[in-house]
Amino acid sequence: MAFASFSEFLAMGGHAPYVWSAWGVTALLLLATVWHARAEQRLLLKGLKRRARRENSARGSAQ
Amino acid sequence: MWAFIHKLGSPKWFYTISAKLQPWFWAAAVLLLVVGSLWGLAFAPADYQQGNSFRIIYVHVPAAFLAQSIFISMAVSGLVFMVWKIKVADMAAAVMAPLGAAMTFVALFSGAVWGVPTWGTWWMWDARLTSMLILLFLYLGVIALRGAFTSRDSASRAASVLAMVGVINIPIIKYSVDWWYTLHQPASFTLTSRPAMPTEMWLPLVIMVLGFYSFFIALTLMRTRSEILRREANKRWVQDLVKGQVEETR
Amino acid sequence: MIAVKATLVRDLTLLLRRRGEVLNPLVFFALVITLFPIAISPDPELLAVIAPGLLWVAALLAALLSLDSLFRSDYDDGSLEQLLLAPQPLAALSLAKVAVHWLLTGLPLALMAPVLGIMLALPAGSYAILALSLALGTASLSLIGAIGAALTVGLARGGVLLSLLVLPLYIPVLIFGAGAVQAAILGDGVAAHLAILGALLAASLMLAPWAIAASLRISING
Repeated sequence: MAFASFSEFLAMGGHAPYVWSAWGVTALLLLATVWHARAEQRLLLKGLKRRARRENSARGSAQ
Repeated sequence: MWAFIHKLGSPKWFYTISAKLQPWFWAAAVLLLVVGSLWGLAFAPADYQQGNSFRIIYVHVPAAFLAQSIFISMAVSGLVFMVWKIKVADMAAAVMAPLGAAMTFVALFSGAVWGVPTWGTWWMWDARLTSMLILLFLYLGVIALRGAFTSRDSASRAASVLAMVGVINIPIIKYSVDWWYTLHQPASFTLTSRPAMPTEMWLPLVIMVLGFYSFFIALTLMRTRSEILRREANKRWVQDLVKGQVEETR
Repeated sequence: MIAVKATLVRDLTLLLRRRGEVLNPLVFFALVITLFPIAISPDPELLAVIAPGLLWVAALLAALLSLDSLFRSDYDDGSLEQLLLAPQPLAALSLAKVAVHWLLTGLPLALMAPVLGIMLALPAGSYAILALSLALGTASLSLIGAIGAALTVGLARGGVLLSLLVLPLYIPVLIFGAGAVQAAILGDGVAAHLAILGALLAASLMLAPWAIAASLRISING
């Protein structure tokens, strides 16, 4: 372990703002892309299902 | 071998295959990134010159590598799409561009933040940062061009041509910027020349790079599947797939 | 080859009829150059330091501006489609069109630059290199820019997008072009820069026509 204690780890030997801002923005962007991808898939599937249900009911009433 | 390539071309087959592959890559990405981050942040020794600010390398370098590899793979899938008319290749290329731009931004931001303790300023016209900035403009150009066309097919072909032209120019831009930088080189410490790293510093870097790459593959598989759903929405197999799910939920 | 010469002659006569349009990039070039002493400072020492870079950037932007009209008029009146249907290879015909564009914008810009160099107190001994590097550089700029022009010719508001696509690709030419003039001023070797400019031109001469042809096909039946 390169740091004696957790608080020293957070302090990063005085470079805390630089290290944590760089890592923070990276983590944020990675999570944002994952969240966007999942939301995109969920919306697409929801739209397709809604269309399928509408076509089913339309075919149901047409028979 | 060719049968496999052709099967890969059919969106339906790709949709099912990627569903199986995807969880593996997600698991690998999470595992590698967690292990790499902990190792790089907490266990790797501090740099004798820069102290702990050097730990930014564990995000800066993987993001920079990924930014360039994504552009190359985007150009290759563009070529596959133009030559063999494999639609899935274009869907993958369309999906990769935003992630590539995001990785370039991450590399730029972390490089700039890393510059503050080392050079004392936010932005230094360092050769690598300048090339990374130009790469970001190339990404934005491809994304903007793809968005500018109304008909999807010409948008895909235009974006593929630009990606291929871009990928040919990347090494030229890189060398000319490096040459330009050495001509105007200020005397200070640069990101470009770093002393060889001891293994306990270098190993977490490799793990982080592998983690970023598996993240890229996993995310591309997932987003390509969404793109398949979006483009093949009126195809029979998509409607059966969705109908199957609708019955389940009723 | 006759067809290539025919398109060359046709485009030359067409553009020379609209002489006003040919002058636009040159006037723009002169205008942009006069802005800088006003904006920065008329002091010759300062201007001499930034002159090579300014001249090159202004020439590059002037060439970029004139690119939009390269295919636009032919696209509007449908003659671009005829070009696509011609039996001759489209790459050769587009090379002819780019050659005309260079003759009517790149070359005049290069010949005009020394005059503007005097206004910016450009140190002596670099005027010939300025003109030569611009002549060589604008040829590659026209070739690379024509790819972007071909890609965006079908779009309504293609202008801004054209510069976003093409400017990153201009950077190597700018580096070695401006570098050549600065090297001439400092007195050390200029051959290396001009050689690389020549190499960039050779590469784009070989590769760009195919990309232009492919882009034109995309824009026409887009």
